[in-house]
Amino acid sequence: MFVLIVGLGRVGSSVARAMLRDGHEVSCLDEDPESHARLEIELDRSWEDMGGQLTVGTALEIEALRTAGIERADAFVAATNGDNTNIVVSQIAKRRFDVPTVIARVLDPYRAEWYEAQGVHTICPTRAAIDMLEAEVRNAATRASAGAGSVEGAAAGEGGAGIGDA
Amino acid sequence: MQILVLGAGKVGWNLTRELIEKGHDVTLVERDRDRYLTVEQEIERRIQYGDASELWVLERAGIEDAEMVIAVTGDDEDNILICQVAKEKYGVERIIARVNNPRNRQHFELLGITPLVSATDLILRLIEHEVPEYGLVHLLDLPEQQLEIIELLLSPHSKAAGRRVADLDIPDGSLLISILREGRGFVPGPATVLEPGDEVLAVLDPSIEEDLTAYFAEDGGADG
Repeated sequence: MFVLIVGLGRVGSSVARAMLRDGHEVSCLDEDPESHARLEIELDRSWEDMGGQLTVGTALEIEALRTAGIERADAFVAATNGDNTNIVVSQIAKRRFDVPTVIARVLDPYRAEWYEAQGVHTICPTRAAIDMLEAEVRNAATRASAGAGSVEGAAAGEGGAGIGDA
Repeated sequence: MQILVLGAGKVGWNLTRELIEKGHDVTLVERDRDRYLTVEQEIERRIQYGDASELWVLERAGIEDAEMVIAVTGDDEDNILICQVAKEKYGVERIIARVNNPRNRQHFELLGITPLVSATDLILRLIEHEVPEYGLVHLLDLPEQQLEIIELLLSPHSKAAGRRVADLDIPDGSLLISILREGRGFVPGPATVLEPGDEVLAVLDPSIEEDLTAYFAEDGGADG
């Protein structure tokens, strides 16, 4: 499968590496040439030697998207640090280039929810963090009320769902 | 009219000022704290602080009752998103979006966001207007309504030169609306005689623009 990933922050670069390791063809687009270094974290060879592709350009530049191979992409991931950029470029991938699978990372739960309902597939890390934190706090509350006698039951030390990504 | 203006840059602030003066009920939203505080000194409660691409900020600013939404932030993605939710989520009937980078115009159009205002395009129009060698100037484009208004320079060799308006065989679907001659503009009657050098304003269907341009701007002999 050919995967195009736009935005190489922690999320984009990790997904890119994982897809390459799984044996997929991976192309990335980011406006910062330095993002190349983040792609190569924990790799023992260069990104290109491993078969990866990187285009430097901005998400809304049609020429950059074309160079990165959007016309033959099977899957498209929008993971820049801008929610609105991700929402707009995902719609371009879907409506203009007919990419079969398009996924947008959207941090704002309200925008993520509404666009999901409009047919833009969104992943909302904030929503996931909220749900996990709520569950942890509820568990702690349950333990606290159940074991009102035993003090150590209330210690919720194992939380730490490290999702606060930028 | 109840109007929401998003982005208090030079455009947004001045626009808001003008709209208030015309008696409209305007709310302006700005996400930069310093800018917000500056503008707030003048227009007080008509400006709100917040990121206009957050739905709750739009709702707090009254988007559900707005009759018009004007997105003039300096960020095209934000303007697209604001207009898209205004139109499709909140059912706002009139939207106007600013295009900062003319190369992004295609994205606005792909997502059905019109009309668009682009400073670059406006300046280009003015240049076309000021530099007559172009021969053809677009004064207004209403692509959805299939109408446009253009200005044409009447070439001395045109078939139309020296003829009365009533005798012109201009294409169906076009109409001459005024003539600019020696710095003066007037609405032509059937007996008005066209002169070389006249600037002719016409309203027409964009699909016949080439025919009309050929008729006025090119040599009369070109197409017989």
